[in-house]
Amino acid sequence: MLATSPAFTENAARALADAGLQKALAATRPRFQGKRAKAYAGLPEFEALRDAARDIKNHTLAHLDLYLEAYAQAVEAQGGQVHWAETAEDARRIVLEICRRVGARTVTKGKSMIAEEIALNDHLEANGITPVETDLGEYIIQLRREPPSHIIAPAFHLNREDWIAAFREKHAGLPADRPLAERRDLLAEARTVLRGRFLAADVGITGANLLIAETGSSVIVTNEGNGDLTQTLPRVHVVLASIEKLVPTLEDACTILRLLARSATGQDMSVYTTFSTGPRRAEDADGPAEYHVVLLDNGRSAMIGTEFQDMLRCIRCAACMNHCPVYGSVGGHAYGWVYPGPMGAVLTPSLIGVDQARHLPNASTFCGRCETVCPMKIPLTKMMRHWRERAFERHLPPRAERAGLAAWAFFARRPALYRLATRLAVGVLGAFGRRKGRFAALPLAGGWTGGRDFPAPEGETFQARYARRGGQV
Amino acid sequence: MSTAAEARARILGRIRAGLPRDRDDGARAEAVRARLANPPRGLIPERAKGERAALIDRFVANLEQEFGTVARLADAAAVPGHVAAWLAARNLPARLAAAPHPDLLALPWADRPSLAVRFGRAEPDDAASLTACFAAVAETGTLVLTSGPDHPTTLNLLPEAHLVLLRASRIVGAFEEAWDLLRAERGRVDEALPAGRRVMPRTVMLVTGPSRSADIEQTLELGAHGPRSLHVILLEDEG
Repeated sequence: MLATSPAFTENAARALADAGLQKALAATRPRFQGKRAKAYAGLPEFEALRDAARDIKNHTLAHLDLYLEAYAQAVEAQGGQVHWAETAEDARRIVLEICRRVGARTVTKGKSMIAEEIALNDHLEANGITPVETDLGEYIIQLRREPPSHIIAPAFHLNREDWIAAFREKHAGLPADRPLAERRDLLAEARTVLRGRFLAADVGITGANLLIAETGSSVIVTNEGNGDLTQTLPRVHVVLASIEKLVPTLEDACTILRLLARSATGQDMSVYTTFSTGPRRAEDADGPAEYHVVLLDNGRSAMIGTEFQDMLRCIRCAACMNHCPVYGSVGGHAYGWVYPGPMGAVLTPSLIGVDQARHLPNASTFCGRCETVCPMKIPLTKMMRHWRERAFERHLPPRAERAGLAAWAFFARRPALYRLATRLAVGVLGAFGRRKGRFAALPLAGGWTGGRDFPAPEGETFQARYARRGGQV
Repeated sequence: MSTAAEARARILGRIRAGLPRDRDDGARAEAVRARLANPPRGLIPERAKGERAALIDRFVANLEQEFGTVARLADAAAVPGHVAAWLAARNLPARLAAAPHPDLLALPWADRPSLAVRFGRAEPDDAASLTACFAAVAETGTLVLTSGPDHPTTLNLLPEAHLVLLRASRIVGAFEEAWDLLRAERGRVDEALPAGRRVMPRTVMLVTGPSRSADIEQTLELGAHGPRSLHVILLEDEG
């Protein structure tokens, strides 16, 4: 997928002016937060489980080479095939080769962020194979030919009118008098159309929420059952998974599953948590004859041992974006690539480069709610600061921003000079602003005063007041 | 472009390059081997613990909260009649696709000649299915459905109504206890796997309620792609 992350500022402005998006954001945010809070309250061990889950992933990452080898051995010992993909291009090529070898014309797809990351649908279409998204949210955005705006609720930016319009336009043979006004009508229509697609598909492609080294299993977590139909009905099941999805054992999977649905949708468990291990057995009456796992690296191995390694603990629950005031204001598309919100602000620069994504770590108020709710205790704001530093070191911010920071740094390193300069500035501003108590416009501060007044200082710096009050504010 | 072996070697090489230089690879390999062979128990929440009767009640309450329904029967011989009545009450045809599981094959279906039962995988036009259940987890009201010749996975997915015969003795508290059962009853030694044993069938589905979606305006609707209703027949086979 082509990144529009460099245009985050323009994207965000457009999102703020988008009435439909703002309506959807206002309606959905309280729901996500409320459901998560209720699930959290229902499990007194939640905080202890967060620590346990963090420790499991840290252990896995410290032994990732060995667990990957063990996992691949377990898959292959049970008749599955493991394909190692260094880049998005490699992964696309591997999937296309599998599809071509079995003569696939259509493939059904369970929801997969990795498939978005490698832009799989475009590649399959360009090569004459029809990909069909089967997750309801992914299906509607495929009809509308737009990217997901959220990692677990890809179509949350749409309102019911948008669904009705898309089905009326794209579903050939849908009678004009068929009612679609209710959500249940829309669901029934999608179920009917997609049921035929499930039965016709030659290959089913799913993602993976977890890979388990002990058993060589891939795990998907869904509510609709679309992922299960995708990995059960076609002759070939292809799993797309990135290397950090690994956990050592079934016990470790349990700990993470106790956190995943609660953090994501506020359910104690999602409806379907399904473990797939190899192809169908000789005596089975159904299931795929072939089982493939495409293990994607695409920049992740290079994060091991860096200050961004902790990001590889992420289980893609979306709690961070559901609680982020910036995401809550601009939605997911503004971030310009596959992963939005705080987790995207940290991960995207690692995967597509900080030169492309330098705005994203700045799209934060550092309120820290993302870290508070992260089930894997990922220090998101700390890593955003690391990215800001990296961007500054690489001279990526514009000249004015860099000059401003350099000037501030000059004074900040010289405390006496800093106190003098701030005393002067506060004194001058205080004197000029005394009458009104505020400024409607200030030189060099148009970005602030364009939208609101700048309050006039009262004539004393913070440090001076702090000293005068003997350490009391 | 690279060969598969080269890609694997480069990915693993990059990971190793990021690991601490002073690492002890022998100790690391031993740590991995030990964890896979004897998985350490994680933190089990209190809600997964309790007396048998309390666990069974908790299973039922949790499943009902997720829109599953439960009927408690004391006698397996009553199952065909219960199924027939359940289908009739929902205006579903008196036809059933059933898993060829010994427990289900042994039921007195001949008592209900008007109910047509076909044993095997599900077909697209099946309205209702009946399967057995490997185990169930009280912690969250979750069914553990294992694939095999006695339980085709399509039965869990294609029909609009999925009925499940669950023996109360198969209800456990925590997920980990269901894996214990699977390892004990289905596991076998296999040195080709790093853990030294083979445990998993092709598919293990943990099912908690009927299919649903909240993708339209983040509002829950039941019956997305899987069954619209999930009905558990709980056979009270303990004491």
